[in-house]
Amino acid sequence: MQENEAGELLERAATQILLGENAETVATLSQLSRVEMGLEAGALAAELHREAAAGVTGNVWADEASRRRLEMGLDRLRGVLDEAAGIAGAGAAEAVSGPVEPAAEGGRAASSSALNQDPELVGDFIQESREHLQTVETGLLVLEKEPGNPETLNAVFRSFHTIKGLAGFLEFGVIQALAHEVETILDLARTGKLVLGPELVDLTLESADFVGREVGRIEAILHGQDPGPELEAGALLERVRAVNSGGMAAGGGSASRFESRVESRVESRVESRVEARVDSKQESSPATPEAAAGQRERKAAASEGQSIRVDTAKLDLLLDMVGEMVIAESMVRLDPELAGTKNTRLQRNLNQLRRVTEEVQKIAMATRLIPVGTLFQRVNRVVRDTARKAGKQAEVEWSGEDTQLDKTIIEELTDPIMHMVRNSIDHGIEPAAERQRAGKPESGRVRLKAYRQADHIQIEIGDDGRGLNRERILAKARERGLIGEQAALAEGDVYQLIFEPGFSTAEKVTDLSGRGVGMDVVKKQIQKLRGKIEIESAAGRGTTFYLKLPLTLAIVEGLVVGVGRERYILPLFSVHEMLRPAAGQIATVQGRGEMVIVRNQLLPLVRLHRALGVKPGREEAGESLLIVAETEGKRFVLMVDEFIGKQEVVIKTLGESLKNTPGIAGGAILGDGRVGLILDLEAIYNGRGPGQEPGRRGEVKESVWRG
Amino acid sequence: MPSAATITGNREMEERAGKYLAFHLGAEEFGIPVMKVREIMGIQEITAVPHTPRHTKGVINLRGKVIPVVDLRLKFGMQETEYTQRTCIIVTEVWGENGAMMIGAVVDGVSEVLNLGPGDIEDTPDFGGAVAAAGLLGMAKVKGRVKILLDIDHVMTHQDLDELGSLLG
Repeated sequence: MQENEAGELLERAATQILLGENAETVATLSQLSRVEMGLEAGALAAELHREAAAGVTGNVWADEASRRRLEMGLDRLRGVLDEAAGIAGAGAAEAVSGPVEPAAEGGRAASSSALNQDPELVGDFIQESREHLQTVETGLLVLEKEPGNPETLNAVFRSFHTIKGLAGFLEFGVIQALAHEVETILDLARTGKLVLGPELVDLTLESADFVGREVGRIEAILHGQDPGPELEAGALLERVRAVNSGGMAAGGGSASRFESRVESRVESRVESRVEARVDSKQESSPATPEAAAGQRERKAAASEGQSIRVDTAKLDLLLDMVGEMVIAESMVRLDPELAGTKNTRLQRNLNQLRRVTEEVQKIAMATRLIPVGTLFQRVNRVVRDTARKAGKQAEVEWSGEDTQLDKTIIEELTDPIMHMVRNSIDHGIEPAAERQRAGKPESGRVRLKAYRQADHIQIEIGDDGRGLNRERILAKARERGLIGEQAALAEGDVYQLIFEPGFSTAEKVTDLSGRGVGMDVVKKQIQKLRGKIEIESAAGRGTTFYLKLPLTLAIVEGLVVGVGRERYILPLFSVHEMLRPAAGQIATVQGRGEMVIVRNQLLPLVRLHRALGVKPGREEAGESLLIVAETEGKRFVLMVDEFIGKQEVVIKTLGESLKNTPGIAGGAILGDGRVGLILDLEAIYNGRGPGQEPGRRGEVKESVWRG
Repeated sequence: MPSAATITGNREMEERAGKYLAFHLGAEEFGIPVMKVREIMGIQEITAVPHTPRHTKGVINLRGKVIPVVDLRLKFGMQETEYTQRTCIIVTEVWGENGAMMIGAVVDGVSEVLNLGPGDIEDTPDFGGAVAAAGLLGMAKVKGRVKILLDIDHVMTHQDLDELGSLLG
């Protein structure tokens, strides 16, 4: 069925090319590239789509030649598909008669006997290969600027060598084969028999990416997930082999295959310029890059230090126990028998115990933090690839890469930051010619900066491009009905519009960005991490995004409040102010329930005891406390009995059976060792209503306290 | 003449044999495999969690971990009573959809650890296809008294056991 689908799409694309329906062709090829098919065919289809998308400018093919290339590519794909159909037929017949082993699935690239036998070993392999791939990527980006840097070349070589060895041991044949070939190239470069020019850096990066994807598939299989379609290694392997046999050493000369041609075309357009620029810079100051590289090397060595790998479950357990120790310590210290003691030696020892406990807690918390530099390195790669694709020039500048952040935050931050950087290059940074006219350096700059500010981390992502276009944003917002025709907005508010769902000012939809998904998702993700995002932009001078993030997700600054005998924790970042209600401040508005007037604003009121179905200490509103809270940009007032205190708490899950309880985000151990519930303000706000439903089954739930 | 059914029955009995922690709810006595018990603690502060079934009493702090606590009396549809000095929380480790998890069970009191051989355990009498019977491993007679052996994995992960109390009563 899939063969049929692919075949149909293929013929449709061929017709569309003939008719000159260019945009339609790209759409069809995009569809085609998503159809599940064999290894080689899949790669070809993807290449075709990329080629077509890159070839369309306006609504015209860039040139007649690219149209020819597409047609030839389609022919080739047709051949491969026909061939595959034949093989698949034969394979199916064999499977029927073969031994009972359906899981083998025709020898997927990632399958290996080790996968079934030694998951621990495979897990180590996944982790180690990823570390080596990171080394490879960082190294290659250095080599791109300083070809032949011996130390870096050696490091990259060693990494591939290790990956090859591990893969060989675990029988991951494809990775082993590819790593072997790449290692050979690197060895030639090491011994000076080959110059690792931009094409070869590209090819090596591509190989590293392939290994990375394959490792991803192995991981999926290991965890019993769907690894996705098989990967096509044949074409890539062949290209790498061609280099080793001297075919491409001259620099992309052999264009015997369709892929190679596509590659060389893109390169010749963009790469040559970049290359020339880099070269000239090097000639003028030959000593500097090497010195810089040396410095970087030393720095890397210093920051790596000595480390061991620890299971995160073990770390979490350690954090749990440290938390308990802190509570036990304070219970001992505050015990009435000891608090009034005149024994100075005991007092001194208790103080020492407190200091040590605090220090231990600080260190334990820090184990979850990792430097943000790994994220910056990935940005470097994205900038390089995106700029090349967009035909622009861009460099990355960064500072504060040693700033520490929670590992989870860094992981969750990766996608939004990559998206912002892609946007910077696609929309912000101008093509070289335009930059020259504006009197700017030809190559654009993407700046990344991280630093700690009080109890949070600030990350800046900036470019020196053309800046946000106020008028275009306004026009688009009006067109989309996001604002009224006459609405007058402050500068900052105008920029905020780009975070609206479905907003996109890109005039052409490119492969890179501008599909209208993006900044709203970025903002959501940052908010999910309990962070904030702000924009600063100046026409012609560039745009900067400021991300304000908590140090860690594991801890939250909480406001502890009491309702009846219960205590709840509100995240402090969503609390605006607290006040005692004055007479007449609370009013019931027809159809909207209770409202409170706070600073001339009418805000909805939620009585927490009703929202949660617990017994309040006082029904009388005048004696209670009002808390103005904000969630997802909506303000409301929460009524509680009393304010108990402020406390930094470690967020814990309530366990499998209770984790989806509405209105409750988690639990935390309070200073006295009891559990306090952390409120999910958004759910409480959304769950409000005139008839605020009490607890399920209409009963009042109360905590059980001993004694 | 041994049929296939009795042979498998014997094997089941072999599997059920072993050590059980005995506890009681009112006059009824129960047992759960000690393999499932992580620890036994006195009744302590339980923080109520809103919008949960009646038998979920709330959560407790178990050495830095927050775990849910279920009142077995309420779970089985029995009469609620005041907690006393003898009331205990048995911390069990059960298997749910996403692997092992710890859940506390409030019981009136624990009595002893029973060592049950295959011959001590009988199948549960037919309660007329009651759903609640699925939570039972079998019955054991010890010194003239009947202990109901619970399949704690099932009990903790199913909601429909509140008729068990009336079956026993």
